[in-house]
Amino acid sequence: MNIKLNASGLTLFRGDRCLFKNLSFALNPGELLLLEGRNGSGKTSLLRAIAGLLELESGSIHWDGAAISQQRQVFQNSLVWMSHKVGFKGDLTLVENLQYESRLRPQSSADFDDTLKQLNLRRLRRLPMRSLSAGQQRRVALARMLMSAAPLWMMDEPVSNLDSEGRELAVHMLDKHLSDGGMAIVAAHQDIKLDAPTHKIQL
Amino acid sequence: MSDKDEQMPSIFNGMLSLLRRDLALAIKRPGDILNPLFFFAMVATLFPLAVGPGEEQLQFSGPGVLWVAALLATLLSLNSLFLADYEDGSLEQLLVSPIPLSAMALSKSLAHWLTSGLPLVIVSPLIAITYQMSLAVTGVLMATLLLGTISLSLLGSIGAALTVGLHRGTALLSLLILPLAMPVLIFGARTVSLVAAGDGVAGGLYFLAAYALLMMSISPFATAAALRISNE
Repeated sequence: MNIKLNASGLTLFRGDRCLFKNLSFALNPGELLLLEGRNGSGKTSLLRAIAGLLELESGSIHWDGAAISQQRQVFQNSLVWMSHKVGFKGDLTLVENLQYESRLRPQSSADFDDTLKQLNLRRLRRLPMRSLSAGQQRRVALARMLMSAAPLWMMDEPVSNLDSEGRELAVHMLDKHLSDGGMAIVAAHQDIKLDAPTHKIQL
Repeated sequence: MSDKDEQMPSIFNGMLSLLRRDLALAIKRPGDILNPLFFFAMVATLFPLAVGPGEEQLQFSGPGVLWVAALLATLLSLNSLFLADYEDGSLEQLLVSPIPLSAMALSKSLAHWLTSGLPLVIVSPLIAITYQMSLAVTGVLMATLLLGTISLSLLGSIGAALTVGLHRGTALLSLLILPLAMPVLIFGARTVSLVAAGDGVAGGLYFLAAYALLMMSISPFATAAALRISNE
């Protein structure tokens, strides 16, 4: 797998405020891109712009040698997204939510039960999502990442709301994903220490 | 390249999965289906009490009242079409999914029609009795409502997508939708009046069917574009 993510000359305005200008980076398999900065510095906006949720003022992003605006579907087939909103339906159970999502993107060969066990979610599987705590819902969002086969993980504050064990788990998951040749773009205000080669962008 | 295409999730499976999820949610929250339905039934049954029970009067005003009530009931249910998905972030997950957003928009419209339009069609014969409509007229009423509510669900999803990012966009949504819903209202109500007067109805039904097809071909793409704008 020699897919690469390249970005050059990214500029984004929100209103008349310039969040970043002429930003460039390259990301290879096995590498982590860490977006750092104060609250409101534009980490989430940059993440959303890369995922195609925000229109950039200028600049281009290339995935596998072609601009992502030319092949949005191929690019989105390669990414899995975790934002501060977990994106689950409160009225449906954990299993129903993940079953619905499994049709939305390519699935990895990870075993569903093992994944739930690993994240300590097994006994919650029949409960409606709304009765889970914020941290437990974040764990389900982590299960979504593990169940997907996408090589690029995009995460906004992945460890927020998690307890110390959950944090370790998330970092361990990221490490494993990267050592398997995946890529990750993570926005975080806490420092995340990984063995994998890490690029940092200070916003 | 062909390798990657094979790994793409199937569009049909994705649409079906979304439809199944929305129907499951509707069953868990029956109020979302029943509220517009009660509204429809209430407006339509209160009207005869207000204007008086004269048979001629009722048969004259019936089609119009039923159609206005159906239109308003549909508008009432449109506001929540994308709102919950927007607020809990599952809309964002749809936006970054490899399945084309327009296909998912069509699935959402279909789910909306199954939970709002179809129940209206099903209860309309009961209401028609209040207006002393004959069997033939009731049949035509159901046919116009069937075709008309399909158009309204598809048209409405464009408006709901445009206003989902705004707080309290209900008034704006109605303003956006109503001008384009007028043809449905006019042809729907007129066709029922015509059959009551003993005239032919084919023209009206053809128009409603054509309008539904037009909406079916425009709405998914317009809704998808609107959802992207609303989520910026």
